Amino acid sequence: MREGLSYVVSRNTAISNAAVWLGVAAAVVVVAVPWLPYLGTAAFMRWAVEVICYLILAQMWNLMAGYGGLMSVGMQAFVGIGGYSLFVFAQHLGVNPFLSIPIAGVMAALAAAITAPLVFRMRGGYFAIGTWVLAEVFRIAFSNISALGGGSGQSLTVMTRIDRSTRETAIYLIAATTLIVASLAINLLLRSRFGLGLTALRDSEAAAESQGVDVRSLKLQVYTLSSLGAGLVGAIYYTSVLRISPFAAFDLNWVVAATFIVVIGGIGTVEGPIVGAAIFFALRWLLADYGTWYWLVMGAVAVIVIMFAPTGVWGYVRTRWDIQLLPLRGLDVSYETVSCPIKGHEIDRLYDQLRSSSKKILRRYRALSPWPRCWVSSLGKHQDGV
Amino acid sequence: MLEATDTIIQGLLLGGLYALFAIGLSITYGVMRLVNIAHGDFLVLAAYLALWPVTNLEMHPFVAILPVVVLMFCLGYTLQRVVLNRTMGPNFLAPMLATFGMSIILRNGLQQIYHSDSRSFDIGAVGADSIHLGGTIAVGEFPLIVFVVAVILTFATSLLFSNTRIGIALRATSDDAETAGLMGIRANRTYAIALGLSFALLAVGGVFAGIRTTFTPESGPASLLYAFEAVVIGGMGSLWGTFAGAVILGIAQGVGAKLGAGFGVLAGHLVFLAVLAFKPTGLFERSR
Repeated sequence: MREGLSYVVSRNTAISNAAVWLGVAAAVVVVAVPWLPYLGTAAFMRWAVEVICYLILAQMWNLMAGYGGLMSVGMQAFVGIGGYSLFVFAQHLGVNPFLSIPIAGVMAALAAAITAPLVFRMRGGYFAIGTWVLAEVFRIAFSNISALGGGSGQSLTVMTRIDRSTRETAIYLIAATTLIVASLAINLLLRSRFGLGLTALRDSEAAAESQGVDVRSLKLQVYTLSSLGAGLVGAIYYTSVLRISPFAAFDLNWVVAATFIVVIGGIGTVEGPIVGAAIFFALRWLLADYGTWYWLVMGAVAVIVIMFAPTGVWGYVRTRWDIQLLPLRGLDVSYETVSCPIKGHEIDRLYDQLRSSSKKILRRYRALSPWPRCWVSSLGKHQDGV
Repeated sequence: MLEATDTIIQGLLLGGLYALFAIGLSITYGVMRLVNIAHGDFLVLAAYLALWPVTNLEMHPFVAILPVVVLMFCLGYTLQRVVLNRTMGPNFLAPMLATFGMSIILRNGLQQIYHSDSRSFDIGAVGADSIHLGGTIAVGEFPLIVFVVAVILTFATSLLFSNTRIGIALRATSDDAETAGLMGIRANRTYAIALGLSFALLAVGGVFAGIRTTFTPESGPASLLYAFEAVVIGGMGSLWGTFAGAVILGIAQGVGAKLGAGFGVLAGHLVFLAVLAFKPTGLFERSR
């Protein structure tokens, strides 16, 4: 065996391999819920659809803010457009309601792509509030469309044609599938060139651009993609709830919930939204009888997390115990002594060459130098020390 | 024609109120690049703070502004020192997210204490009297007072920025916090003063807004959006630009409301988006 230095970049650790299998198992369980005893009830599935909707929305918000550095306070715009598109296609145009869900997602993505040039004229904090203004414009616009029920909204009456239990199982399965596909897509995307460009963009837009990242198109892509997700959330949620109104569909609380889930769970981590959603719904369950106290506590927890654990609960766990369930970047760099193009004795020879050439340079420098010899020799000493 | 002039004058005066909303936001963004999402909710808080002396001590709302301004300055100063300074750094997200959290805490806290009933201040005859300018055009005394106060406060703030030690410290920190630090200006304190100043100004706006119309714990976001739009329309780096932006927004809302009920706010948003589309740096941007 030849001597030398080599390294292997690995994205997988024992824990992460276990996590992947755990994820697969979880996905199987999630999809199997309708046929499971105790869990396969209508009430549980309705609740689960809501949880899934918030989780997907949080993942989308995290994709934009945590990886792309684009904080949006206007994501409810696309939840609303997704919800209303569902009503337009299913209720008014007679398209199959379940088929209308992906169409609604595409409509939201389209709305995002069209309005992107406008909102991307703003950066940072301005972008955040600017997207909110846009969401308000959409809300006011939709409250003025009388065909869609104006300010009071309307009900999805076409759904009554489908048998109740079929409907509930179907909508649950659609939600579960969307969650799995979205999680998988985000994880794969972030591990690709796209993800690297995105994090570079977050850390410094100028530096990313100088390294050849197409900042404009990347921003547009991530904005459109997360809006697609938000649109699907809106469509799924309102197929389950069956009634839409502009105030509920374009409610700021959508994005507030997504933000708090991500911030508490761990911004910029894949696992964060899941941890955050668990905390979010646990708190909601605990404080269910206290009305507005719930949001008050959520706000306080979020502020405390930002102050004392800016990377969130998962970020804290990750640095404390060095665990990464779904690693995105090469993290386990292990050095091994395996075949290497430069052999050990060759390294010594190369090092000698380098030393002698640097001495040569130093000698020439001394010859040319206008400074007293002793000054330069002290420089030489330093060089030798290195 | 007279009616159009009337609409524009009313909008102009409304713009004065929005200027009071916006200048504080302009200051915090200018000095520390902080977009305070809770700006509108603190504005509502100021109105609720004034409610106590007005109802319990029968203080005139105009008089109640003074203690509320002092209180809000202290609150802003403390919040920046205790909470926001910990989050300030190269990442703009953290302080913004912190203000987002505060906004939710405030809105729901006020809801818990005061419920959703809308409140308002009564200032007696001044609130209803108007000055006739000939023809059918009349200017309400109270909106005029608001406008004049807004002009005075904008002027005072710009004087503060250009002529005082604090103002120089604020501008220096805004340009380069590190170099300012080498000159002995502590960024932490300067930031605290900036937020305090912002809160003091929005306190005036909050109480005036409470006199002009009603307020509920849910009024915050709308005020934030108006303030933000005024700042963007006006452009960065100039307080008078923000003032002009607020006036343009006020006129847009006034004209919009004339065109159709409920169209006022939308017209304001559309003017904002139009400015963004055609002159994203704002109409009165002054590069530093």
